[in-house]
Amino acid sequence: MNEYSRKMLKVPTYNLLREQDMGKLPVLDVRNLGIDFGGLTAVDGFNMTIGPTEISGLIGPNGAGKTTIFNLLTSVYQPTRGSILLNGIDTKGMNTAKVNKLGIARTFQNIRLFNDMTALDNVKVGMHNEIRCSFLSSLLRLPSYYKSEKKANEKAMELLDFMGLADIADQKAGSLPYGVQRRLEICRALASNPAIILLDEPAAGMNPSETAELMHQIRRIRDTFHIAIFLIEHDMNLVMNVCEGIVVVNYGKIIAKGTPEEIKNDPAVIEAYLGRKNEVDA
Amino acid sequence: MKKIWNKLWNNKNTRTNLITYLVVIVAYAIMQTLYSMGILSSAMKGYMVPVCAYISLAVSLNLLVGICGELSLGHAGFMGIGAFTGIVVAALLETSIPNEILRLTVAMFAGGTMAGVFGFFIGIPALRLRGDYLAIVTLAFGEILKNIFGNLYIGLDAEGFHMAASAGKVQLLEGGKMILDGPVGATGINRLSTFPMGFVLILFTLFVVLNLINSKEGRAIKAVRDNRIAAESVGINVTAFRMKAFVVSAFLAGMAGVLFGLNMSSVAASKFNFNTSINILVFVVLGGMGNILGSIISATVLYILPEAMRGLDDLRMILYAVVLIIVMLCTWSPSVKNVMQRISAAIRDKVSRNKKEAGTNE
Repeated sequence: MNEYSRKMLKVPTYNLLREQDMGKLPVLDVRNLGIDFGGLTAVDGFNMTIGPTEISGLIGPNGAGKTTIFNLLTSVYQPTRGSILLNGIDTKGMNTAKVNKLGIARTFQNIRLFNDMTALDNVKVGMHNEIRCSFLSSLLRLPSYYKSEKKANEKAMELLDFMGLADIADQKAGSLPYGVQRRLEICRALASNPAIILLDEPAAGMNPSETAELMHQIRRIRDTFHIAIFLIEHDMNLVMNVCEGIVVVNYGKIIAKGTPEEIKNDPAVIEAYLGRKNEVDA
Repeated sequence: MKKIWNKLWNNKNTRTNLITYLVVIVAYAIMQTLYSMGILSSAMKGYMVPVCAYISLAVSLNLLVGICGELSLGHAGFMGIGAFTGIVVAALLETSIPNEILRLTVAMFAGGTMAGVFGFFIGIPALRLRGDYLAIVTLAFGEILKNIFGNLYIGLDAEGFHMAASAGKVQLLEGGKMILDGPVGATGINRLSTFPMGFVLILFTLFVVLNLINSKEGRAIKAVRDNRIAAESVGINVTAFRMKAFVVSAFLAGMAGVLFGLNMSSVAASKFNFNTSINILVFVVLGGMGNILGSIISATVLYILPEAMRGLDDLRMILYAVVLIIVMLCTWSPSVKNVMQRISAAIRDKVSRNKKEAGTNE
């Protein structure tokens, strides 16, 4: 804990803070985050806070640096500048596994499941740090092994059931259809008991009805587990309907923050997506 | 009882494990019966213990190559550490532990532990690498280990234990014995290994590897193999689990090495060279990556095959290679697989039609 940790959420900065989040520590507090790759500045001056039970969106044109921001938040890259406070703890210098233990789980733009393992095992891998069973007791098959496995199985099945995947529990993850794989990835991320979950284009490759179901599920995840959700998405329908606060980035910099309504009418956002009007005229 | 059995049988993992254990036990029972009936030729008897050692080696390497997904070309090095540690320990304990089985067991655990410790220290630098680079580094470590054994002189006399790294440094008193004599290797070994002990070692190896695979650790190891980045993202410390697999694999290889070493009257360091590492790897690849029963079967067949063809002289290695190529084609080539499937489908078709015809005739 450091000096920042005492900063509570008092004013709804840009997102419509939910009542229950008021006066609480933000789950994610990002200050002036930036990273350079060689001479190229990929992300610069990224500031944002996310409340403990908030759904926020990160949008921007292709190559704006959205996934880079996710990689910074999960310590895949170490930032060149700035700091990330996760529940008040600075994650500087930690590796991805450590950051996950502290409470960030994520999904990937290009699905990264454990393809040769069953859906159930994928979820159980997600529960890795929760299963309390020593190396020796699993080698010798002591009673604690059976107890912890049984508990893990039950919880994993519950989670699969929650995401509507209970009937594919025994199938190999690699053989599942695309939309199901996306949901399984969310399920695996949930299994690691996160405080915030980062979804990288969760609706990519989904048809409209699957997307509609996903929107419903995202809200249900927040309401059931009381966690924050931060998502990158190109499907504006989903972003505008699900997110309570939206950050728009372009060329690695924030160009707008606000509620969906504000973002829809923000001239800078329209410019980033559609180009400037007089340029078209000229 | 039936309920428990059904529960075990319906779980795919436990079923495969049960089948693996059963195959090993049945094979042992058959061999032991043949042995006691005196049907086996003396050559066949000679293969039995090395086969056990190679099965254990193949299963332990499969943990590393098939389950963890890391290619190691230095497995014979760990086997060598085990063998020489086991030989020295067995010689030292000759008077204090008269019971041969107990002495062999102690030697095995000593050899395994030594190999595991070496595996840990080799793993610290080597496991920073991945894939081809790791393979080359393990190859180098295997060769280094082999050369160290080749220059190690260990003797035992009334004054105690003597060790040196160059010839002539070890001066023994009258009645002393060289346990390890540099490039000549270990000679005059008291042969403690027996077929039943080899069987027990295989069971032990299977117990460790199969239990590991179906536990939280095993899932983590497989997750690291399938997708390193995703494994990290759910809080798995990738290096720690690769290290665990590496050390366990080295430990088991060391134990198998002890069984192998204490089965010979003399062992030279050159036995544990690159060739042996590659042979073990061939057993694993041919048996199927991650397929434990496959490793057991292929290690048995591929060890005995070239030995049994000794009469054919130069031809035998050609035949060995042809067998490898055919097996690889039948199991991995999509077109050959396709043909095989069509043939088996046609046969099944014919059988079911025959049955139907038989049914209508009645």
